[in-house]
Amino acid sequence: MWKRDDAVKPAAPAAPAAPAQTTTHSPAAETAATRPTAGNAQHGLERHAVNIGKSVVIKGELNGSEDLTIEGQVEGKIELRQNVLTIGPNGRIKAQVFAKAVIILGEVVGNVSATEKVDIRDNGSVDGDIASPRVAIAEGAHFRGSIDMQKAGAKAEKSDKPEVKPAAASTPAAASPAAPSGSTAPAAR
Amino acid sequence: MLSKILGWGGKDPTDPKRPKDGSAPKGTEPPVPSKAFPKFVSALANQGESATVIDFGPVIGSNVAYFGERLGCKLFIEDLLTELERHRKAGTMHTLADAVESRLRQQEGSVDGILCWDYFDFLDKPSAQRVARHLVKMLKPGGAIMGFFCTSGVEHSHLTKYEIVNDQSLRLRPHPGAGGKKLALHNREIIKMFDPLVVAESFLLKNNSREILLRRK
Repeated sequence: MWKRDDAVKPAAPAAPAAPAQTTTHSPAAETAATRPTAGNAQHGLERHAVNIGKSVVIKGELNGSEDLTIEGQVEGKIELRQNVLTIGPNGRIKAQVFAKAVIILGEVVGNVSATEKVDIRDNGSVDGDIASPRVAIAEGAHFRGSIDMQKAGAKAEKSDKPEVKPAAASTPAAASPAAPSGSTAPAAR
Repeated sequence: MLSKILGWGGKDPTDPKRPKDGSAPKGTEPPVPSKAFPKFVSALANQGESATVIDFGPVIGSNVAYFGERLGCKLFIEDLLTELERHRKAGTMHTLADAVESRLRQQEGSVDGILCWDYFDFLDKPSAQRVARHLVKMLKPGGAIMGFFCTSGVEHSHLTKYEIVNDQSLRLRPHPGAGGKKLALHNREIIKMFDPLVVAESFLLKNNSREILLRRK
């Protein structure tokens, strides 16, 4: 889905694979997904990071191999095993999160697992369990749950879902049905 | 006056220097020595690797670093002060014990250490007894509970959060919130409600609070 292929111009900030799994989505998300290359110049500069805007609502699974910043709403599961996930100040996440590093300035309800670090910034909020070898929590942050720094590595690999091959990055509808067994993503209807 | 000299109890929340957003000021309060805390830590070390600790207080970054990085514990941060404030505002203090029990869902005999801080001071006796019974069930053999218990009731007290400075000292910082009434428990009441735990250490502090460490044999 996040394949760095110059021949394929990335869509607008909304995750390309998401519409296949999205059961509800805002009109703004559709607009963002179908809007032609308005932000391509910006995308060209930000090819290594993807932004999900605050009007975007995603329900399902979000996988990728690039750094991701979320300012919208995500419900389900987020998996960026080799990359950095940033939950922006407007981000509202109700999901299980797996990433290399997670930076939280918004709100997360769900468990967070990182192979390197979890950083809850000022005004960030997490309700759930954290598994990470390093955890930093700012003075004004809110947290409730457990913190396990010992089993972070084991938990990061404990996910039931094998990594989805990003074979159909340009065909969003193909991503969900192609997911191997163990996927909990609701199929697009 | 003694509190001001020794710096106990943290700064006055009405202090004009306190941030207006209600967040606690940075830890500028002087650290105060603790005699029970090093023994609490020692009890955790005796429990083996990856001890499980429950902290009744709000999240403090340095406490997370202490227990998580330094001691390798799995830390449950329950932030029961927020629960206390919520129930006080709603006038449902009589159901606070229910809320605490439902929040603390760890299996029986699965917890190595519990840091109650001064939470029990804000509970009425029946609630304190229920919560104590619940904690006793959760504690493993060899586990420890540490808390501060006032020696005399106070009509109104602000909330305090306890920052771990090092193995031997804590920093008491004001926590945002209305606070409330503190009720004193006699030593025999504490011993009875935490039965069969034993009081391993008890220190009378200069601010007339008792620092108590209870252990399960």
